[in-house]
Amino acid sequence: MTHSEPLLQLEGINKAFSGVPALTDASLTVSAGEIHALIGQNGAGKSTLIKVLTGAYRRDSGVIRFGGAEVDFASPQAAQLGGISTIYQEVNLIPYLSLSENIFLGRERRRGPFLDWGRMNREARTLLERFDVQADVTRPLMGLSVAVQQMVAIARAVSIDSRLVIMDEPTSSLDDREVETLFGVIRQLGASGVAVVFVSHRLDELYAVCSGVTIMRDGRTVERRAMTDISKLELVASMLGKEPGELRREGETAFVKNHNQKGEELLEVRGVRSGPALRSASLDVRKGEIVGLAGLLGSGRTETARVVFGADALAGGEIKIAGQPATLRSPADAIRAGFGFCSEDRKIEGIVPDQSVRENLTLALLPELSRRGIVDAAKQNEIVERFIRRLGIKTTGPDQKIRELSGGNQQKVLLARWLCMNPKLLILDEPTRGIDVGAKGEIQALLSELAAGGLGVLMISSELEELAEGCDRVVVMRDGSSVAELTGDGLTQDHLMGVMAHGAAQAVPAAPQGGIQNHV
Amino acid sequence: MSEGTTTPPLRPPAPAKQGSHRRSIPLLGPLLALLALLLFNIFFTPNFLTAQTLNVNLTQVATIVIVGVGMTLVIATAGIDLSVGALMAIAGALAPMLFLNPPLGSPALGVALAFVLPVLAAGAFGMFNGLLVTRFQIQPFIATLVLFIAGRGIAQVLTNGQLQTFSNTSFQVIGLGRPFGIPVQVILMLVVVALFAWVMARTVFGRQILAVGGNERAARLSGVPVNRVKLAVYGISGLLSGIAGLIVISINSSSDANQVGLNMELDAIAAVAVGGTALTGGRATIVGTLLGALIIQLIRYSLLARGVPDAAALVVKAGIILLAVYVQRQRR
Repeated sequence: MTHSEPLLQLEGINKAFSGVPALTDASLTVSAGEIHALIGQNGAGKSTLIKVLTGAYRRDSGVIRFGGAEVDFASPQAAQLGGISTIYQEVNLIPYLSLSENIFLGRERRRGPFLDWGRMNREARTLLERFDVQADVTRPLMGLSVAVQQMVAIARAVSIDSRLVIMDEPTSSLDDREVETLFGVIRQLGASGVAVVFVSHRLDELYAVCSGVTIMRDGRTVERRAMTDISKLELVASMLGKEPGELRREGETAFVKNHNQKGEELLEVRGVRSGPALRSASLDVRKGEIVGLAGLLGSGRTETARVVFGADALAGGEIKIAGQPATLRSPADAIRAGFGFCSEDRKIEGIVPDQSVRENLTLALLPELSRRGIVDAAKQNEIVERFIRRLGIKTTGPDQKIRELSGGNQQKVLLARWLCMNPKLLILDEPTRGIDVGAKGEIQALLSELAAGGLGVLMISSELEELAEGCDRVVVMRDGSSVAELTGDGLTQDHLMGVMAHGAAQAVPAAPQGGIQNHV
Repeated sequence: MSEGTTTPPLRPPAPAKQGSHRRSIPLLGPLLALLALLLFNIFFTPNFLTAQTLNVNLTQVATIVIVGVGMTLVIATAGIDLSVGALMAIAGALAPMLFLNPPLGSPALGVALAFVLPVLAAGAFGMFNGLLVTRFQIQPFIATLVLFIAGRGIAQVLTNGQLQTFSNTSFQVIGLGRPFGIPVQVILMLVVVALFAWVMARTVFGRQILAVGGNERAARLSGVPVNRVKLAVYGISGLLSGIAGLIVISINSSSDANQVGLNMELDAIAAVAVGGTALTGGRATIVGTLLGALIIQLIRYSLLARGVPDAAALVVKAGIILLAVYVQRQRR
């Protein structure tokens, strides 16, 4: 594909935060109608570059040309008026307003002085149909799944007549079918001449939808290539700054399976129910075992984890801990039983953003760190320092606010929050979602190591390679019920996909060793 | 951990910043403002640097600070307490009833009970606020509005709407006593500030308050007893309001259910806001609240000393609050 004048051109962009350079001579070029990938590890400078472009940050130096003219947007609003809209990773909508109100917020359709609801609802419905979203547009947003909310955010951005749409990890909360729908829309955009800058950590997606790619590392633009010219391995190597040979030796993940004898039963879950999304889930976790919980979005994985941790009320079924029937009324009960839980959404349910790394890391441990309610500061510091070193958390120190850390490092702090309690069982909901390849590998390796040391892990993941390589067994959920369990040679990405899509009955016949067992 | 998969550091390790340096910044604004006000008055207000002026200002600010500390805790959990003024009136109404009609005919017992029971009663009403917020999930603004309205009514019912006047030196120590020339309420104020600054910095309770205000869902999932923490802060806010109520009636030698603690909730919230505590919760500074109250007090004093009428001084006060909150937002 050849394009004449690029639509967007950023050149020689420099930006430093209190003397620490975040961008050094960064560049980005996107042609009209091009779907362009922007990749790099967390902290490589992608977000900073986007924020410089949209006017959220002032650049120290450099030139931005858009549509043939030099531009200098003072704010994201100005950029939006200029034809650049951005969809951020976290959904930025108003939960109490209806779908059409959200879509038309700030540019409501009017008839004279009155709002033209009929027209807005009609247009919203047509717009959402393009995204295969079938929902009552007059209903408030908050009752809907994150995926639908994300689609609404994208629909909103698309409906503003933009010449460039920036998507910052738009697929992180979508299931496969929804991702396909989104890609359809992205291709439509491209065909109509709108350029898309697509930020994602999922490499397969880049190959599926992008034509060009810009790779960033350490605040610099290290490469700009056509997607067809670069292999997945080269891509990862370039992001990490390593030679391809170094990577080939490893599997797709950093998990190391240990084939030790598994220990005694930690957790036994039989037919638990809770709300409409969880109808019947059964699973076991033994000491030293990583058990995966697979399923599409909305299959009841997260609900199962929450019930086991006492965060949601149990409507039926049985939970046994170490062989004893247990009643978990609150997370505090589960914590006393030696459980820890990292939820799916770091920002909403994990970090306390304004607090330091130290306070976040020791939040659950505090009662044990204190005598008569007074925190033992020396002991606290000792533990915090130890875990910062042990997990390689990149921070300026224990006093740094956690919201200033990259996603991967925030996740490490949250893991440390539980690890410092010496837990028996860790429940992890998407522990590596939205974090860079480096931190992801470190966390995967850490989990393997901890399991080898006797920790039980129940891990929800949407990444098949993570489940297949990391887990000893995987329980597959479908429509609120656990439908199958995959072990040994039966635990492959293909089988997982088959069971997730079709249920166990029609899936591949059981492999000789281990295999697929139907749940009754 | 396998070093093989570890990536090189994303950025050069940033120069390690000293924690104390970072933490001192939030109070810098209020401190500078207070300093500027002090300097202004030292140069332009006659007789400013006298023990008497100091005592007048500190005496007037003490109740606002004491109530403001409780308010800071509540606001740190992302709540608000509108009932503080009304709770002061209730405590102020109860105390004279106890020492004017001492139980068992013992004046000493009457005074002792007059210090304890009204404060506990105010604390219990505070817990009631907490109960509405936690058990019944009512928004703090509405939950505490209940006692904001009803509390003063309760105080009037208790006293049949009568003004209670009295002269009781042993009770009025709390408002008029001056050991070593320092007013008792100023000592109380400093003790309350020191105690709760320590609670916030050093205790599990203090840390949990900030966690609840900073991210309630994360706190709950980390085993923090969210409801107990909230119940406690509203209870403490009630207790401190009760103490402030006793101070006010002993200064006045009378208790008027219509007047005691009137508009106190607004003064306390203003002090908290000017002091740099985030009204959205999760960030709180007790010393900041003390500074905030002092700033507001000094502005009022400076204006009055220049003959500006109190009504006009209120407008200036509002302007200063606006400015302070604006500056806070900029720094974020």
